[in-house]
Amino acid sequence: MNNPASSTNTAISKPGPPLWLLAELTYRCPLHCAFCYNPIGFDQVDQELDTQGWIKTLREARELGSVQVGFSGGEPMLRPDLEELVAEARSLGYYTNLLTSGVGLTAERAKALKEAGLDHVQLSFQDSTKELNDFLSNTKTFDLKNKVAAIIKDNNWPMVLNCVIHRMNIDYVDKIIELALDLGAETLELANTQFYSWAKLNRDSLLPSREQIEKAEAVTGRYREKYGDKISIIFVVPDYYEHRPKKCMNGWGNVFLTITPDGTALPCHTARMLPGLEFPNVKEHSVSDVWYESEGFNRYRGKGWMKEPCRSCPEQDDDLGGCRCQAYMLTGDPNAADPVCDKSEHRSVVDEAVAKAQDNIAAEAHPLVFRDPKESKRLSAGKDGANVLLPS
Amino acid sequence: MNIDTNTVVSISPGLRLQFEKAQDTWVLLYPEGMVKLNQSASEIMQRCDGERKLSDVVKLLEKDFEQTGLEPDVLSFVEHALEQKWVELRNE
Ligand code: SF4
Ligand code: SF4
Repeated sequence: MNNPASSTNTAISKPGPPLWLLAELTYRCPLHCAFCYNPIGFDQVDQELDTQGWIKTLREARELGSVQVGFSGGEPMLRPDLEELVAEARSLGYYTNLLTSGVGLTAERAKALKEAGLDHVQLSFQDSTKELNDFLSNTKTFDLKNKVAAIIKDNNWPMVLNCVIHRMNIDYVDKIIELALDLGAETLELANTQFYSWAKLNRDSLLPSREQIEKAEAVTGRYREKYGDKISIIFVVPDYYEHRPKKCMNGWGNVFLTITPDGTALPCHTARMLPGLEFPNVKEHSVSDVWYESEGFNRYRGKGWMKEPCRSCPEQDDDLGGCRCQAYMLTGDPNAADPVCDKSEHRSVVDEAVAKAQDNIAAEAHPLVFRDPKESKRLSAGKDGANVLLPS
Repeated sequence: MNIDTNTVVSISPGLRLQFEKAQDTWVLLYPEGMVKLNQSASEIMQRCDGERKLSDVVKLLEKDFEQTGLEPDVLSFVEHALEQKWVELRNE
């Protein structure tokens, strides 16, 4: 706050509690998704919080008022103490969500998780193979999802299927919806790829064309009409095709608290890329200090940080200026308006990406980079470990 | 919608009703989300225990709050809760 005019009238009221705690238990993962949201430099993070570290975090966050906890990753099933953490979370009063690719969720472990009090499983339907075009016909993936879906049903968990949508699978949303119906999912999230980390590297190959999106929306609409009572289908258009940005994380440091595998606390899982910001670690700080006192969490809370065009914008409460990471990645300035906004002077970068996406030849010319430890090492060579997110 | 008050109401499987100290309010938790309930909604939901008939839920509320004629309010809330899939009805 170096502008006296803004500091006199921005009395920041105390933020509410971190209602949503995302526990990224590990960056390790058997899959290699080209749209993976883990940092490019994930391979440099090897000090995972131990069981006691997670238990301390769960307790302190619950004390502040956290009520939903998501165990994610990487692949959280790779943590042998998952059952213990779920049991602790449940006894503290959390609603416990497991976000998994299904790899490792055997009937045995499912039973143990049920006994631990796990409330819900979100099964992500992502392609583990490098043959993205075989996405739906890939029998290995298919058999696995079938088996895991049956396990989820057997344990009476509500089932949310999550499928990351991109240029290469968006033409098959009908098949994806059919599959979700067959598997008995109550909710299907057709989540368009968000262009951070690995997905940003692969953006030109992953961003669908306008025509593809319109077609997919129409198909989704038809299925909603027909099967609306059986399944609720969520379809979100990629923000590149919007004229206003999303209200990222429902407001910076407002409800979401992410704890990364090594214990670093973030307001969203990509925030570590932002320059000049330090994020505290729960190994050294209490969750209360992290949430209420740290510079990392306070910097972009509310609207005090805004500059033009956001500062005097009548719509600022609707989107709070959009996503800080997207602003930084695409404009180089973390205080800029999210360039998805058509009031942004940088909207042209988004328009260029969108224009490319309408052209098949340009879009398909790029080889995909798959997330794996080797690529992680290669891409972050000489850079500072987990902080590497390669802004373009 | 015509709701039969002889049916039993219960909270939908997978959902949980609980009091949240930090927010000083009753909430209904569901996969990856939550609704804060206002006072009357939470009083009704707390009595939908999966055993009581709807008519008994009404009677109990009337007794506990020393009021009469609560049925229309309770029914309209239950209708809303059914639409939201917060509760389920079961014939005994
Ligand atoms: S997006 Fe894919 S590779 Fe990345 S953590 Fe999830 S399942 Fe693993
Ligand atoms: S100018 Fe800023 S606050 Fe206004 S709509 Fe655009 S991003 Fe949102």
